[in-house]
Amino acid sequence: MKRFQRFNLDSLLLPLLGVAVCLLLWQILAGSNLQVTSRDDFGDMVTVTKRVGLSKDLPSPGETWTASKNYVLQPWAKRGELDQGILAFTWLSLKLVAQGYAIALILGTPIGFCLGLSKAFAKTFDPIIQILRPVSPLAWLPLGMVLFLSVKIRVPGAAAPYTASELASIFTVAICSMWPTVLNTAVGVRAIPQDYLNVAKVLKLSRTKTLFKVLVPATLPYMFTGFRLSLGIAWLVIVAAEMLTGRPGVGGFLWQQYNALSYAHIILCILTIGLVGYALDRLMSLIESRFKSA
Amino acid sequence: MALLCLENVHVGFGSGAKRHEVLRDIQLHLAEGEFVAIVGYSGAGKSTLLNLLAGLLQPDSGSILLRGKPAPGPGPDRGVVFQNYSLLPWLSVEENIALAVDQVFPEWKPSERAAQVRRYIEMVHLAPAALKRPGELSGGMRQRVALARALACEPAILLMDEPLGALDALTRATLQDEIVRIWLENRRTALLITNDVDEALLMADRIVPLSAGPGATLGPSVPVPLPRPRDRRSLHHHPEHKHARRTVLDYLLGPGGRPKLSVTRKLVLPDLLPEDLDGPRPALFAPPKRRATAKSETIEVH
Repeated sequence: MKRFQRFNLDSLLLPLLGVAVCLLLWQILAGSNLQVTSRDDFGDMVTVTKRVGLSKDLPSPGETWTASKNYVLQPWAKRGELDQGILAFTWLSLKLVAQGYAIALILGTPIGFCLGLSKAFAKTFDPIIQILRPVSPLAWLPLGMVLFLSVKIRVPGAAAPYTASELASIFTVAICSMWPTVLNTAVGVRAIPQDYLNVAKVLKLSRTKTLFKVLVPATLPYMFTGFRLSLGIAWLVIVAAEMLTGRPGVGGFLWQQYNALSYAHIILCILTIGLVGYALDRLMSLIESRFKSA
Repeated sequence: MALLCLENVHVGFGSGAKRHEVLRDIQLHLAEGEFVAIVGYSGAGKSTLLNLLAGLLQPDSGSILLRGKPAPGPGPDRGVVFQNYSLLPWLSVEENIALAVDQVFPEWKPSERAAQVRRYIEMVHLAPAALKRPGELSGGMRQRVALARALACEPAILLMDEPLGALDALTRATLQDEIVRIWLENRRTALLITNDVDEALLMADRIVPLSAGPGATLGPSVPVPLPRPRDRRSLHHHPEHKHARRTVLDYLLGPGGRPKLSVTRKLVLPDLLPEDLDGPRPALFAPPKRRATAKSETIEVH
């Protein structure tokens, strides 16, 4: 019985308490509508609605819910290009993230292996990587637009070719989320114990066999840590890319609603981005833990 | 003819003034079917010697001959049991051994290779744990896997680098008996590196002491003419055992022992010479006379 209570308290009640505290703070900060009825100069009774509060324009939790009900309760609705259900937007963003992330992994892992295995390669390319790594996604995106302005890529079976803004977003996601994979893989390869390499030498394993039977499995835990960090960055980048390009997606919707002064939807987008990011991270750490059994 | 020969082998690390000689003038001849133990201090260069024999390290000078021909790089003809097991943690016991067997006998049928893997797992009594990963096994069991992996390749020589060093005393005793039993079954040439004289006396036909470093070298080899199977409980009453033990220990504690450690320290004396009052007076701002050389003394530490 006691154990049951502790389980409830730790894993359910405490997080709920945290949420409640945040909602309360939000409620305190948020503005509310105040109706003032007064007699005007002509002697008529006039009711005026005013926003009052610490941060007048911040919608309260209740108002946020009322305003975003439509988007949450009909998550797959498509009323217009930039007026869709929240999951429909999320899906659009995730599709771009998946493509950029896939490119990042496919390029990043071999680069990481080269960096880890060859001192000469590391010396040659390390400065470039260190310079490119801290560049913001906002800086890459315009370059992507320029690069892909006149490029037409049509996937067989797809309705329309990729647009420049799509390609630029994928490019930005790929180039920004690649670095954790590259660096973690390189560190993992360098951290392989000499014993494993001795085993490969004593058994005279060929180069390919050494790579796939010893190097890759020994590096796998590090690689997955890199993959997980990369996914987090990819999800961060897509929001920025969509805001700049105005593409339909969570980020694009957020920017549009900001310009339309409907602040409740900004909060809806922030929460969605956070929840999706959390879900992706959990998913990756689940996959990661399966490979960390060694 | 000796199976494996080391002639005038020198090994050192670093170069120039920083060069640090590890092994000097190593002469070793291993005959076919012999069980030789090399006993030495820790840090003397025992693992370096094993890496040489395994081909993982090339000597700076001298030659290593395998059946009269210069030994090639590392290969499965010289099976190695490393001190820290060196099992691949993502493979099960069976897969670890299969990796070696598949590599060494690619021309065999898959069923024959599987049978070979099973045979050696049974030889080290690990059949119930065949599907476990090394992480789930105890140290003794891991070392059995490493032994099975080395033996399953059917090497001409089995090299063991302090295979039991990390184990507790009881597990150690069981594994010592086990290794000797397996060796008696197929009589391959075996070389055991250890820091335990009694372990060497129990297992080996011949003991070669390795002197303390730096610049360690092999001492005169001491035969252990004790009948097999040897019983660890009555062994030490045997006069041959006593004699061999004394000879090895005399060498290791005497001529092959640690060189006396000494400390050199700088003597701190005033940097100025006393003024000579009888001589002519020096000029007013003449530089003071300084001592020409620093003094130091070397003290032996007991």
